Amino acid sequence: MLDATGQILHLILSVNFILTVITASTPLLLAASGELVVERAGVLNLGIEGMMIMGAACGFAGAYESDSIVVGALCGVVAGMAMAAVFGFLTLGLAVNQVATGLALTILGTGLSGLIGSGFVGERITPAQQLYLPVLTGLPVIGRILFGQDAFVYFSIALVIGIWMFLYRTRAGLVLRAVGDNHTSAHALGYPVLKIRMLAVLFGGACAGLAGAFLPLAYTPFFIPGMTAGRGWIALALVVFASWRPGRLVAGAYLFGAVTFLQLSVQGLGLGIPPQLMSSLPYLATVVVLVLISRTRGTAGSAAPASLGVVFVPDR
Amino acid sequence: MQLVLEKRAERSTAIAIASPLIAVALTLVTVGILFAIMGKNPITALYVYFIEPLTDPFSLAEIAVKATPLVMIAVGLSLCYIANIWNIGAEGQFLVGAIAGSWLAVRTNGTDAGAWVLPVMLILGALGGALYAMIPALCKIRFGASEILTSLMLVYVAYYGMDYLVRGPWRDPHGLNFPTTAPFDPAATVPALIDGSRLHAGTLVALVVVMIAAVMLGRTIMGFEIKLIGAAPRAARFSGFNSDQLVLLTFAVSGGLAGLAGIIEVAGPIGYLQPDISPGYGFTAIIVAFLGRLNPVGILIAGLFLALTFIGGENAEIAMKVPQDLTKVFQGILLFYVLACDSMIVYRIRLVSTFRNPVHA
Repeated sequence: MLDATGQILHLILSVNFILTVITASTPLLLAASGELVVERAGVLNLGIEGMMIMGAACGFAGAYESDSIVVGALCGVVAGMAMAAVFGFLTLGLAVNQVATGLALTILGTGLSGLIGSGFVGERITPAQQLYLPVLTGLPVIGRILFGQDAFVYFSIALVIGIWMFLYRTRAGLVLRAVGDNHTSAHALGYPVLKIRMLAVLFGGACAGLAGAFLPLAYTPFFIPGMTAGRGWIALALVVFASWRPGRLVAGAYLFGAVTFLQLSVQGLGLGIPPQLMSSLPYLATVVVLVLISRTRGTAGSAAPASLGVVFVPDR
Repeated sequence: MQLVLEKRAERSTAIAIASPLIAVALTLVTVGILFAIMGKNPITALYVYFIEPLTDPFSLAEIAVKATPLVMIAVGLSLCYIANIWNIGAEGQFLVGAIAGSWLAVRTNGTDAGAWVLPVMLILGALGGALYAMIPALCKIRFGASEILTSLMLVYVAYYGMDYLVRGPWRDPHGLNFPTTAPFDPAATVPALIDGSRLHAGTLVALVVVMIAAVMLGRTIMGFEIKLIGAAPRAARFSGFNSDQLVLLTFAVSGGLAGLAGIIEVAGPIGYLQPDISPGYGFTAIIVAFLGRLNPVGILIAGLFLALTFIGGENAEIAMKVPQDLTKVFQGILLFYVLACDSMIVYRIRLVSTFRNPVHA
């Protein structure tokens, strides 16, 4: 057992492990960042998985046709936003139940991406390259971790920092949080609740689409139907796990990413830990965290946005 | 100009009745357009999808087989949704029910245990599903944790748990290394209704469930409580109804029905436990519940219709080389239209000029 612990420690402390975890965590971080803003605005979009897989299919199609990763990423973003627009129209425009609409979005996205992607299965593209800086990337250990990632990874970090600044350091962010916590008061103060929520939903769609596009553009250089493989649900879990805070979101994303990756390595080491137990850990952890933060609600400050998932129809 | 929702003075009964039909019609038109884009003749495609399966006995039996779990799960879910309680983890409760019932089948495999095995398996399945549903229910009433998120997360936990069992301890030692349990003994199998057909006795159970639910919702105090707490939670609290108890009850019933559907599916059409026993029945049942207007008889019709999309999709794949994914597109679009039409029961859409008219302002 000591030997096994040693083996795991050795694995975790290797540079390659950290590099792999960062790559595996990036789609989770991208998608969860978008959902965090959506939920902070008081909207629960359960359709992340559907928007992500559409982003993956359209992202690959775009990159394949144009031979450009940037065009592919943009196609993914647009696909995610288009899906989000449907969700926004129904839940905000027609005041339809958000839970059911989000699930419908996932079902639709899974099917539609299969139709779009069926013509591209088996094709390959040149994946996004790691950005290498002279000197800096050559530094021992930290060089490749800090200065040897692809553009998606840097963007995901910048995105979270941007979201944090927006939510806590700008007036618009304050208004968005107010809309999510009490839409009736925000409406009474004259803020356009539905418009703000629509913008948040579109932003969430763009992030989910980009997260999906990351998979065929940087993670594997090809498209497989259903390649998001439940990452959308993990991203959803992640937002709750992070109790709607951007800082905790980063920590949570890398933790979940590490667990997903460890499950493969642990299986290889033959330690008798069932890989299925590792796979279900993110979900179990989320249930536990949800119970803990719900229990302390009211005493430990803000947990869930108070208007999360509640339909709002302005009276004129 | 701007679209604005306006609450109707009272619910529109005409739209309430027409809403599922309008939704289905709009879906058919949309999918027809999609077929045309894909270069297929829409009329032929819709015929293969929706009419052809109704013309041969084999497909008809398959529709009943697919509708059985959908209807059972959706009836349970509708009780939750009427009471404004959001159990969306029926897929997980379905899987746990299948696991709980299969435990006995695996234990008695190869022994000459008698006819008691199947009934006990069904009870275990229902209990397993109900107990698994107690986790989100208790988290909600005890800690105030959102049942939407907890019940959904537990789906994946159940899936991985089942995956572990069939690949590990319960794997058939004589099964050529496939991740399945040994085939269930005849005593642990739901009997076929007609010899040689896949139509099984579980379909009768689903029909009984629909009847009981219809009576319970329409004729009992409990049904009244469920409806009242959904429609007017404050009034229900003032009149002394215990909403915590209702959360436990609706979760237990919906989880139990999902679990029962799970073990019937495994002990009936499949015949052994394997990693993929459900093409997402627990999620499709949510569409069924809404399309059926949360009404037991409506759910029966909606369940048959959704089952038709599964079978039609399989037919279309073979006959017209249309990918199976189209069935999911179809189901997603259908749910969108159903939800949008339902919204029109309570609201009306008004086009409002964004410039205020000074005379009327």
